[in-house]
Amino acid sequence: MRAAFISLDDLKQNFAEVKAGMRPKEASEESNRCLYCYDAPCVQACPTGINIPSFIKKIATGNLLGSARTIMEANPVGASCSRVCPTEELCEGACVLNHESKPILIGDLQRYATDWAIRNRQVLFQRGSSNGKSVAIVGGGPAGLSAARELARFGFNVTIYEAKEQAGGLDTYGIVSFRLPPAISLWEVEQVQALGVTLRTGTKVGIDVTADELLQAYDAVVLAVGMSKVPMLGIEGETLAGVYDAIDFVERTKTEIDSQLIGKRVAVIGAGNTAIDAATCSVRLGADQVQIVYRRTEAEMTAYDFEFEFAKKDGVGFRWLTAPKRIIGGSDGEVVGLECVRMELVDVAGSGRKQPVPVAGTEFVLEVDAVVKAIGQTRYQSLIDQFGLAHVHGTVTVDPRTGQTSHPKVFAAGDVIFGGGQGEAMVVSAAQQGKLAASAINHQLVTSHNETA
Amino acid sequence: MADLRINLAGIASLNPFWLASAPPTNTGYQVQRAFEAGWGGAVWKTLGDPIINTSSRFAAVHFNGQRVAGFNNIELITDRPLEVNLKEIYETKKRFPHNVIVASLMVEPRQEKWHEIVKKVEAIGVDGLELNFGCPHGMAERGMGSASGQQPDLVEAQTMWVKEVATTPVIVKLTPNITDITATAKAAVRGGADAISLINTINSLAGVDLDTWNTIPHVGGKGAHGGYCGPAVKPIALNMVAECARNAAVGVPISGIGGISTWRDAVEFMLMGATGVQVCTAVMHHGFRIVEEMIDGLNNFLDEKGLTSVTELVGKSVPRYSDWGNLDLNYAVVARIDTETCINCNKCHIACEDTSHQCIDRVTGDDGKAYLQVREEDCVGCNLCSIVCPVEGAISMVEVPSEEGIMTWNERQAALANFTP
Repeated sequence: MRAAFISLDDLKQNFAEVKAGMRPKEASEESNRCLYCYDAPCVQACPTGINIPSFIKKIATGNLLGSARTIMEANPVGASCSRVCPTEELCEGACVLNHESKPILIGDLQRYATDWAIRNRQVLFQRGSSNGKSVAIVGGGPAGLSAARELARFGFNVTIYEAKEQAGGLDTYGIVSFRLPPAISLWEVEQVQALGVTLRTGTKVGIDVTADELLQAYDAVVLAVGMSKVPMLGIEGETLAGVYDAIDFVERTKTEIDSQLIGKRVAVIGAGNTAIDAATCSVRLGADQVQIVYRRTEAEMTAYDFEFEFAKKDGVGFRWLTAPKRIIGGSDGEVVGLECVRMELVDVAGSGRKQPVPVAGTEFVLEVDAVVKAIGQTRYQSLIDQFGLAHVHGTVTVDPRTGQTSHPKVFAAGDVIFGGGQGEAMVVSAAQQGKLAASAINHQLVTSHNETA
Repeated sequence: MADLRINLAGIASLNPFWLASAPPTNTGYQVQRAFEAGWGGAVWKTLGDPIINTSSRFAAVHFNGQRVAGFNNIELITDRPLEVNLKEIYETKKRFPHNVIVASLMVEPRQEKWHEIVKKVEAIGVDGLELNFGCPHGMAERGMGSASGQQPDLVEAQTMWVKEVATTPVIVKLTPNITDITATAKAAVRGGADAISLINTINSLAGVDLDTWNTIPHVGGKGAHGGYCGPAVKPIALNMVAECARNAAVGVPISGIGGISTWRDAVEFMLMGATGVQVCTAVMHHGFRIVEEMIDGLNNFLDEKGLTSVTELVGKSVPRYSDWGNLDLNYAVVARIDTETCINCNKCHIACEDTSHQCIDRVTGDDGKAYLQVREEDCVGCNLCSIVCPVEGAISMVEVPSEEGIMTWNERQAALANFTP
């Protein structure tokens, strides 16, 4: 057994950031390669509209403070986004050099500038002079932080209510450390706190403080609670020891590394980005064999291509057209296997997408020691109900330009408004929605009054 | 393979590539390494009364991440005794009899001083002499170098003194730190110069350190102007060579110097009238081996153009260089954008919009795709868009046939003078 030779320190090393930052010469060469396009397509492709040619020119001219400020001005979680944005599909995909040579490595340059700001303990922004109004933000993830940062700059008194011990949300707890170390996200939190924003961590809205209390105490509320746990599979054996919720599973690797999975065999159910994260985390926790079990095929998989490639490089196996039927427990209530059935995709009347259906008699058992469920996330529906907001299956209905909900004092941003048919849920989109909500609140409570005054 | 041999005012060289008088030609060891690498000739680091150099002598200007766009130095002439240099010249010439050694000389502007050094140097055996009337720093403060090179009468007199005793060809090296280079070129010719070489370095301060506020370079916290050379000075040098080449009162062979970094630069200088070229900065940046690329590129170019000798290039573009007043005012080009090749960086648009004639429109096609279009009736043919365009072939400047005949400013003024209503 190789398990005996893996120390906890080794495992911790496995979670160190995979990709090295650019070296100064690389950054110099790459930033000088940028054409400094006018009305650049990369800016249009960035959901937060970062002035990319400008921040890159600032790197090229040795103005890293200005560069970091340009990035963070447009995107309050720009340091995290430099690591987690699907840049091939956004800024870099739009780079005009795609057709002529190679696109500029915009994400890496963005990381170079923001890393500089982090390393040099820069405080990039100042709060605006007080306008006497107050806003409560529910949820300290990317959308909430973004709204808080903008509101503080407008002069609002801002309080963030965060259920967890630390803010940052997905960036702090949900994205694997080897792609996004928690320190990066926590720096972004500090930047927001530096503007005088009050951060009340360990406080669950709806339980520790009610929706009504917030609505009474504040001039406006931004609901940015994101999403909740992975739903139940509804199969036998889900409560066995060794069955994990992928969100909890990844979250734990961000706070502490343990040796439970060393030498174990792991099945991950689902094939989205979270499933990939759970699988690659399992490998890094010392698991011997990690397989992704997905009821459809590679073509339908929702994980990004680069995530898929990364998982394959980590040695993760993929079982397509395979669905779990039952988790098999051993004598001590531990997982010993996952019974699966082969699937096929068939046209179903009334459905545009081919549906997976089991192939009778193809059941088989995967011998595994752990099962990680990564089949999506549930929503904080009871909280949404407590605010009395209109929603569709837990997705809060908003005016897309302002984020205003059915309650005029409540605005929403981030995953809580992300629902079917709205493209991909991205950190960068959440950041933009936070900005829009802040701007709409400022308009509603301040500037629209100035205009009429 | 074309014939690369040249003959500059009686000095026969295996190829047109010489090392300029500068740090690379300081010692016999260096010049011999250069000849091994393929350099046709070398102008030895300037001989004269030994001086003392400062520590911290060079600086460069880097551009957008590229090293050495321009180069600045405050080094003086040789700091080694004349006898040591002469011994090494002798040894080098003995080992490389077919390579050219020209001795660069600089002494006080006194007849006997020039006579003395010319005799000493020629006695050891050199192929020619180059009079350094160009060095702009240090020596100029002592009345030598560019201080004497800026005064046509001193150029003429000193050249004459040299010619009184010289038996080998005399090249006069000119300073660009003067309003009209042809004034001193003509003075050199009046003094009997067999050839001129240009340009020497241009007065310069490479930079100021943003943290210490010291000059770059500085010597213990103090700086002094240096001489500028390297790729950045090429257009200045090329113009000065061309001005001398097209001036009938100059009329002697030219050794072209100034920012020559590649075979392409060398071809341009020769087309503009240089018989051969001298190189320094490119060698200081890359080493002597860079001459291999120069020789190979030049050879392939000549073959491609069907030329059998490099000398066929000399002066071919000179007749095309003239005064502004002789340019055809009816000649017109306009920009055309190839939307297939264009990558839509919009640099041409903003350059034209902000700094030229506002004639490149951003248009959206029926298919919803954005493209750029020149309003040709408003285009003055300034070339700016094609200059800022990063993609080869996306913007071409197309000649628009003129219905008018050729009309230059000079012709127009003459016609107006003769016009009687």
